[in-house]
Amino acid sequence: MTSFYAQYGTFAVLVVVGCALYAVIMLASRIMRPTVPSPQKLTTYECGVEAVGSGWSQTNIRYYIFAFLFVIFDVEAIFLFPWAVIVSDLDATTAISPTFAIVAMFLFVLTLLEGLAYAWKKGVLKWD
Amino acid sequence: METPLWVPLLQATVVFTYYLLLTALLIWAERRVVARMQSRLGPNRVGPFGILQTLVDGVKMFFKEDTTPGMVNRSIFTVAPLIGVIAGFLSIAVIPIGGEVTLFGETFTLVVADLSIGVLWVLAMGSIHVYSVFLGGWASNSPYPLLGGIRSSAQMVSYEIAQGLAVASVIIYAGSLRVSDIVAGQAGSGFADGVPGWYAIPLFPAFMVFVIGMVAEAGRPPFDLAEAEGELVGGFNTEYSGLRFGMFMLAEFMSVVTMSAIVVTLFLGGPSGPTFGAPEAFAGLIGTGWFLLKMVVFIFFFILLRGALPRYRYDRLMDLGWKVLIPVALVWTLVTAAFVILEQEQPGLGTDLRLTLASIAAVIVGWLLFSGREPRDAGDGLDRHEPAPGPVAAPTTDTADDGTTPASDDTADDRQEVAP
Repeated sequence: MTSFYAQYGTFAVLVVVGCALYAVIMLASRIMRPTVPSPQKLTTYECGVEAVGSGWSQTNIRYYIFAFLFVIFDVEAIFLFPWAVIVSDLDATTAISPTFAIVAMFLFVLTLLEGLAYAWKKGVLKWD
Repeated sequence: METPLWVPLLQATVVFTYYLLLTALLIWAERRVVARMQSRLGPNRVGPFGILQTLVDGVKMFFKEDTTPGMVNRSIFTVAPLIGVIAGFLSIAVIPIGGEVTLFGETFTLVVADLSIGVLWVLAMGSIHVYSVFLGGWASNSPYPLLGGIRSSAQMVSYEIAQGLAVASVIIYAGSLRVSDIVAGQAGSGFADGVPGWYAIPLFPAFMVFVIGMVAEAGRPPFDLAEAEGELVGGFNTEYSGLRFGMFMLAEFMSVVTMSAIVVTLFLGGPSGPTFGAPEAFAGLIGTGWFLLKMVVFIFFFILLRGALPRYRYDRLMDLGWKVLIPVALVWTLVTAAFVILEQEQPGLGTDLRLTLASIAAVIVGWLLFSGREPRDAGDGLDRHEPAPGPVAAPTTDTADDGTTPASDDTADDRQEVAP
């Protein structure tokens, strides 16, 4: 069992080494590959038509709503994971009884499911 | 006892080489298998059976001109592929590729770092990968990449939730977030002798949700909406070229290998398997063999999916994620917890009840599949691959025990389509 710093230190080293390796590969490629600049290569990829205006066009509002839903459910996962870790350790001797833990999480998840059902009913999940 | 420095170095080198080699082989195998499925030959010129094709392609990428279009946001455009590759490498770092190995008097597991929050780490790195897709699409300042980037990030975050919830039931069983504890929890036999103790068996619905979710997470067919060539050119990487494009491709193919490794570790016991009475020193190596075998099965599954199924429509994809997988996974988490508690209170009853409910579910699923009922909208070829809409509503309203039936129904339905 290695210590906390040893474990995450490994990842810090990995990130640094990975970025350095990436930079080296990119640099080597830059030195070796051909470069033939032309104004055409600087243009937006389009179907043979000149691009008009900015590329950051408006997109469907649904994506935004789904992002919201994602945040809700992701926060829910934060609450769910610690509970999932300890729930099988609970028994009559622990401060919190297993029944309490189950019922509490039931209520929490049912509330969420109700929210999802509401969103569903409201047509938020529909694409058209 | 202090471990000498060469051990972590060896671990990192072996693990990353292993995954990179598998990725290279995957790309070659995919081209060969899909070619065979389409009555073509596929790459067969470079090396025996064309096995070196990926290497040659990599070299080609390396020498290609890499243009940066004028309108892009340069810094983000450059960083996006880096984020993808780094996130991919970091997520595989916590997955052990074999049992314990003894070398020069040092005993260690073939894993870069066995984090105490390993599973969360994998999920978190999956989330960071979304940044690479989205930032790459956005920074391109071009219509196709923007659409592709937004599409695939919405797809990835949706299926990430389903996947995370499926993992939650594994965590309930293992009682730990550490990957090695999860592997250890699956060693030995399950509810009966001779049946492996893999979590895929008691947690079958969660397993199915995870498998469907991982295909969508990796952005692979039939869920490869990100690069729907017919409509989005190349998706988020349209404006990329040369080696940076190659990095995106590497990240994508590597995620297939990573996802296979994760599903094998979480649900199929990782390196566990019969050792045939081999001595201690070799048992770990045999474990590595089992792990490789299980991974290859899943990699092959990914390839077959690509060859067999047409691309999903986007609204159906999101429907499957939000209306089927997320409710099923949520309810299944509660069902799992209820069974674990029940098993503690009255040992034996939980297993019996589970087997009974599972048989009932199997009978219902079998009846639905073979009763000759016409699938809804049979004329639409896409519809066959979608689970029947009927049981979808059930998990949201019903109590835990009823959740088992629709859960296994939906998922088994999907599997049935894949099998032939």
